[in-house]
Amino acid sequence: MSALAVLFRRELSLAWGRGGGALLALAFYACVTTLLPLASGPDPERLAGLAVGVAWLSLALSALLSLERLFERDYEDGALDLLALGSPPLELVAAVKCLAQWLATGAPLALASPVAAIALGASPALAPLLFVVALAGGLAFAFLGGLGAALALGSRRGGLLIAVIVLPLFAPPVIFGGGALSSLAVGLDWKPGLLLLCAYAAAAVALAPLAMAAACRNALD
Amino acid sequence: MIGAVHVEGLAIRRGERLLFEGLDLSVRAGEAVALTGRNGAGKTSLLRAIAGLLRPAAGRVRFEGDAENGLHLIGHADGLKPARTAWEELRFQSLWTGGTEASARDAAEAFGLTRMLELEVRRLSAGQRRRVALARLAASPRSLWLLDEPMAPLDVVHRAKFGEVMARHLAGGGLIVAAVHDPLPIEARTVELGG
Repeated sequence: MSALAVLFRRELSLAWGRGGGALLALAFYACVTTLLPLASGPDPERLAGLAVGVAWLSLALSALLSLERLFERDYEDGALDLLALGSPPLELVAAVKCLAQWLATGAPLALASPVAAIALGASPALAPLLFVVALAGGLAFAFLGGLGAALALGSRRGGLLIAVIVLPLFAPPVIFGGGALSSLAVGLDWKPGLLLLCAYAAAAVALAPLAMAAACRNALD
Repeated sequence: MIGAVHVEGLAIRRGERLLFEGLDLSVRAGEAVALTGRNGAGKTSLLRAIAGLLRPAAGRVRFEGDAENGLHLIGHADGLKPARTAWEELRFQSLWTGGTEASARDAAEAFGLTRMLELEVRRLSAGQRRRVALARLAASPRSLWLLDEPMAPLDVVHRAKFGEVMARHLAGGGLIVAAVHDPLPIEARTVELGG
């Protein structure tokens, strides 16, 4: 088995094992979408109008939750030294970590999002697009979030710093995804929004690992 | 395989403080060097600079032979995840550094870990954890070992056993640079930092 496959399996087992963040993100997602009707009033029509947007936005926020541990845990216990001294370059290590984060946290959230939207009263016709948007958006969130996590390495208030760093980076994908979803809801062409989202995610996957590796090297120095 | 390491005119600065400068040190195949010096003299920094993790302020580290995947660094943090079992961690560490599952099993036996492999790392003592971390030295063949106080948490029996492992490594043409406070249980050249 190649070293990267071994790392991928380790990351998945860390995300789903004890102390991992995947379940936390799912629980947070369930909380937000369940509490929304209690906070905004029970009017079904108003709720239905908000449903898809809330399902999409809560997903972006839930994706932030478990990011603090992505590099920080390995940095604190010394495992990042070991990862830096393996045969694959740190860029690939960072990419594999983010992919695992996407599969462990982003994919379950993407599965949960259509359910949440329909439960809040959104039209079931929106569900397939919401799933695709959530999946592509989740990929962008995982890589950009990883970038924030790597930059925040070694700082005392890592969680806060990550939120501040990724907020502007999360805005474009949230807009593109939200645009595609609201276009479909009113019968307009939804493809441009989705394609922009996918392009943004692809750029994040290509570029973020370079920055993450540089940030990790800096933190180890 | 790394045949020799040459540290040439190395200076390391941590923040405002210059830890040392103009350090020259050569280690050849089959040779062990014990780095000594007060706390904060720069032993850990020197090991990290040789590993390429830390940028020196001046000077350089030169390797003879193929330096690619040529070294192990065992720091004072063991790099083990408390919620995973000793076997999961040892297996990952050896596969990641180029070993095999079979070599990880053999290493576990050599370090007396066989009976605790199924335990979670958080249930192990400090000495047992260190042995799990040290086991990857035997599990994946890399010629240069950089060890940061490797024996501090080990008991007398396991210090002796680890001494045998180090002696075998040197006999096979390996190199060892270890930061220590107690003398190594093998023949080693002592280099004092900040002396």
